[in-house]
Amino acid sequence: MNRVPINLNVNGKATRSDVEPRQLLVHFLRDTLGLTGTHVGCDTSQCGACTVHVDGEAVKSCTLFAVQADGASVTTIEGLAHEGRLHALQEGFWEMHGLQCGFCTPGMIMSAADLLAHEPDPSEEQIRHALEGNFCRCTGYHNIVRAVRHAAEANARGASSEPVVAADD
Amino acid sequence: MYTTEFDYHRAGSVQEALALLAANPDAKLLAGGHSLIPAMKLRLASPPALIDVSKVAGLRGIRLEGVEVVIGAMTTHRDVEFSDVLRAACPLLSQVAPLIGDPMVRNRGTVGGALAHADPAADYPASMLALGASMTIASTSGERTVPADEFFTGMFETAVAPGELLTEIRVPAATLGEGQAYEKFAHPASRYAIAGVAAVVRTQGGSVSSARVAMTGAGYHAMRLTKVEEALVGQTPTPEVVEAAVRGAVSPDELLGDHFASAEYRAHLVEVQARKAILRALGSAG
Amino acid sequence: MSDKYFGKPVKRVEDPRFITGTGHYTEDMTLPGMAHAAMLRSPYASARIVSIDATRALAQPGVLAVLTGKDLLDAKIGSIPTGWLLPDLKTPPHYAIAPEVARHVGDVIAAVIAEDRATAEDAVALLDVELEPMDAVALGSDALAPAAPQVHPEAPGNVAFEWEIGDAAAVEENFARAYRTVKLTLRNHRLVPNAIEPRASMAQYQKASDEFTLWTTSQNPHIHRLLLAAFVLGIPEHKLRVISPDVGGGFGSKIFQYPEEVIVLHAARKLNRPVKWSARRSESFVSDAQGRDHETVAELAVDEHHKVLGLRVKTVANLGAYLTTFAPAVPTYLYGTLLNGTYRFPAVHAHVTGVFTNTVGVDAYRGAGRPEATYVVERMMSRMAHELGIDPAEFRRLNFIQPDEFPYQTPVALVYDSGNYEPALDQALERVGYAELRREQEEARARGRYIGIGFSSYLEACGLAPSKLVGQLGAQAGQWESAVVRVMPTGKVEVLTGSHSHGQGHETAFAQIIADDLQIPMEDVSIIHGDTGRMPYGWGTYGSRSAAVGGSAMKMATAKILDKARRIAAHLLEAAPEDVVHEDGKFFVRGVPANSKSFFDVALMAHLAHNIPDDMEPGLEAQHFYDPKNFVYPFGTHVAVVEVDADTGRVKLLKYVAVDDCGPMINPLIAEGQVHGGIAQGVGQALLENTVYDEQGQLVTGSFMEYAVPRADDLVQFDIGHTVTPSPHNPLGVKGIGEAGTIASTAATANAVIDALAPFGIAHLDMPYTPERVWRAIQAARAQTQQAADD
Repeated sequence: MNRVPINLNVNGKATRSDVEPRQLLVHFLRDTLGLTGTHVGCDTSQCGACTVHVDGEAVKSCTLFAVQADGASVTTIEGLAHEGRLHALQEGFWEMHGLQCGFCTPGMIMSAADLLAHEPDPSEEQIRHALEGNFCRCTGYHNIVRAVRHAAEANARGASSEPVVAADD
Repeated sequence: MYTTEFDYHRAGSVQEALALLAANPDAKLLAGGHSLIPAMKLRLASPPALIDVSKVAGLRGIRLEGVEVVIGAMTTHRDVEFSDVLRAACPLLSQVAPLIGDPMVRNRGTVGGALAHADPAADYPASMLALGASMTIASTSGERTVPADEFFTGMFETAVAPGELLTEIRVPAATLGEGQAYEKFAHPASRYAIAGVAAVVRTQGGSVSSARVAMTGAGYHAMRLTKVEEALVGQTPTPEVVEAAVRGAVSPDELLGDHFASAEYRAHLVEVQARKAILRALGSAG
Repeated sequence: MSDKYFGKPVKRVEDPRFITGTGHYTEDMTLPGMAHAAMLRSPYASARIVSIDATRALAQPGVLAVLTGKDLLDAKIGSIPTGWLLPDLKTPPHYAIAPEVARHVGDVIAAVIAEDRATAEDAVALLDVELEPMDAVALGSDALAPAAPQVHPEAPGNVAFEWEIGDAAAVEENFARAYRTVKLTLRNHRLVPNAIEPRASMAQYQKASDEFTLWTTSQNPHIHRLLLAAFVLGIPEHKLRVISPDVGGGFGSKIFQYPEEVIVLHAARKLNRPVKWSARRSESFVSDAQGRDHETVAELAVDEHHKVLGLRVKTVANLGAYLTTFAPAVPTYLYGTLLNGTYRFPAVHAHVTGVFTNTVGVDAYRGAGRPEATYVVERMMSRMAHELGIDPAEFRRLNFIQPDEFPYQTPVALVYDSGNYEPALDQALERVGYAELRREQEEARARGRYIGIGFSSYLEACGLAPSKLVGQLGAQAGQWESAVVRVMPTGKVEVLTGSHSHGQGHETAFAQIIADDLQIPMEDVSIIHGDTGRMPYGWGTYGSRSAAVGGSAMKMATAKILDKARRIAAHLLEAAPEDVVHEDGKFFVRGVPANSKSFFDVALMAHLAHNIPDDMEPGLEAQHFYDPKNFVYPFGTHVAVVEVDADTGRVKLLKYVAVDDCGPMINPLIAEGQVHGGIAQGVGQALLENTVYDEQGQLVTGSFMEYAVPRADDLVQFDIGHTVTPSPHNPLGVKGIGEAGTIASTAATANAVIDALAPFGIAHLDMPYTPERVWRAIQAARAQTQQAADD
């Protein structure tokens, strides 16, 4: 099988790898780099569990071959916290109980981050429209909407987030 | 969730893309990949090679050129959604883009990719017909221009021939007295259009001077609703006139049908969406 | 006991790992030398397997093995059993890989094991399989037709069972003296659970000790172990450890023991390598047990005072091709016994025919039988109110069981423990602004806008439940729960529970209970679950049982810890245990707080055992097996408000009010979250989700492109209220809340849609209210009105 070299910056770290062209970015992140926070929930590019940022934009990493991202900067959920502090959205989801089983959560947060980058003060309607491509089967989206609002308000206040306390296992 | 194996080529220029196409006649062009890659993952498509044209120089961007807006084929739906040029010169596309897929799809999917794929339920085709856009298609023997009316030739079929590359879309900028609107009735699961109608209507002195109305989603490919257009032109556009114009806009015999929406229902939806689009276009005519 | 945590909206302790992407789901696991499995599934709903030639697949580099049904039979691997038996139940075999006949689209025909997933998937495409398609049947009532294709030779006429409950003669008698009766044919359509994490399993075999470990997406690892070891693989139960790590939602679908678990375990032993399989979503659609699928005829009778006289129900329950783990219980004991609702129904009778079809197996999906029952009862109540021309809320109120009637014996076996239904209804009416809303509805109708208001004054029986009772009803499982509370020398506590959390927040809610009782910080308590190698035996999480049963087990075990701790403290304080109090985290002689022993002091001494009573065992650990005395009976009233666009038939949810009574809430944040998600799934059933099989048994809605799971923009912010009526028979007073939202909301939404359509003269329409269905109903009603006007 043929392999193609790619250079990626993932969560601030440069990586170089030889990949099969057919390897999807999500499999590269999960299987090659061990970044299993990005999930796969469907095979028709709809559920959004695999959402990551490529060059600052939210994309479905199950609908992108790793070779297509050659030269790009990728941010996954593992790279969202900054300088040991949770991102405002991570904080919002925790505070507002915006997650239950947690499986859709990384993708949901990465999508919401894309929204806040374009619209720092989104209405409920804008949030619901922006999260159209992220399925959640647990929360009914009620607390997800509140979580995004919480983050928007915290950003507006310039509030600082809690330190990352997750066990780094 | 793996596709079959393929060779990957990346084109840096139009010439390079055309040369790669010539060398790999069975290859598929890869733009945003949001129709092709899902099909490959389900192994409904197994091309031996992909030619990635998403980074071809000069194919991404939106610019005003005289009375036309030029959209590079590799311009993403998100670029369209946030384009100030389009908001001023072609508000129809500013309405259409945010209704396509979801933000992640829009960040990757491209205008050219969507048009060349010609999914019968895609949103842009109806708009391009209503706008009277034209498509620039490059090949090793040069460039040719195809009007939107001749571009969509069938289900997943366009005027782009093997070995050719759609490079840009030219859209006439909106003129005074023109209103544009798109009304989409989406499938609740796929979010593709079951019936989407785009209307570009011009009024002069209180009557309709021109109307271009096109539908997508309901049939085998996007098409103009010429009967509706003819019934509008020259009329004073009252709600009653519009209602009468859209009645029988399309026959169920020409449409698709499935368990979710029969052809008869789609024909009805086309009427409803056409009425809404025309009325809104008239309301927004500047 | 303190009340520092119980009842407080404590932020979840499990969240930090999920929001930072450091959760550990089965698919995230890898082991050295791990191989990957991929399945070849039947493309036909019914087909004879003529031959399988694996030559081409096996010739591929990296392909390690191909397994067929014959291979499993040769290895003496048994049929996957059902865990609930009914009288005369037909139990045809269900092999992990179909040996001769595939019975639904998605039935496993062969498995490929390869070095990596891509190679395994490639090799599946290289299997040369000859299949002979046969006639198939997908709809329950079609399967009962005389000439219908037969799914199993062991089940003539495709009948799995006939079951009834209630007094048919009493119903007959009451109907004979009825003032008014209504009758409806109701289709409760099939759903695909669609937990966002697809199922996954990874097996490891240790040859030296002949031991297996299975990591799998399970709601109840002990049930998986019991079924896999004792029934399917024939290995000693203690040689199999089942670990269910973080699980991405279940909603019932991860209760059951599935073929792929058998396949990876067998392959791991055969190859002596770890083997992993994870479902693609398109496999989930054709292999995860599905839900609902009833065809029902229901009749309701009232007297001249509008009091219900009786309910008569006849249901055909489609079970799919195989009986999955709890399939027989769902349309019988979890359905028929719930047909009394919150009302005084003097007589109820239900008859259920369970039917095999060439479709995916049907089993428990959120609510499991109870949403189906609630749909029948609540739809019939609204239909009757409409027939009588009275307000649907007042008709419900008139028929409620009164608070002084508990415990209440229903005509369908259950004894309701406690309830007070009117306050929940009143609060729901208040929250939705009922009187004003009805005025708005009238005004809107005059302007050609069709708003509908729908009620569901539901009740459910959950907290499954007394083992003796469920045993009499056919369960092949106990329904108690276990807990071990283990205090360490430093006073830190780990609690091992047989309950399993896959989104319910047990690590938080259970820690709240323990920390309060021990008067220690929550941070000092860890809740451990999901590993048969660590936990005591337990029955897992389903049927909204974890708080009421698992939580109670924990509370009782903690009481044992406290009792022993008090005795140690008394010994250290040289006092009598009955004089020692436990306040603010300290033990001291009543009135002498200055001289005290902390929980840490006691825990340390329990382990040092330097100075404990002579007759006392060292250590500080307690176990409790809690078997409840009854089910618990949460209830409430939900109100849905929808608008129907008469032009297109599209239905939009405008507003949703839920008032639930689950007794005292351990953590309102979590309890309300459960309600939100439940509402979404119930509304989803009414408006969006539909599982469509064509006449050949092909699943037409086999992906998210066709099957509409509710998305953010389909729903609204919900208005949630509570009343609190404790359960009298468990030590926490709690009831379940995990399924209530779903149980109530489908009926509320359906009633709202029918209410919106009332001006057209539409008295009933089956779910799901997809646009064309609604539009056609309106067209037909208009044509009829026109016809009547013309006549």
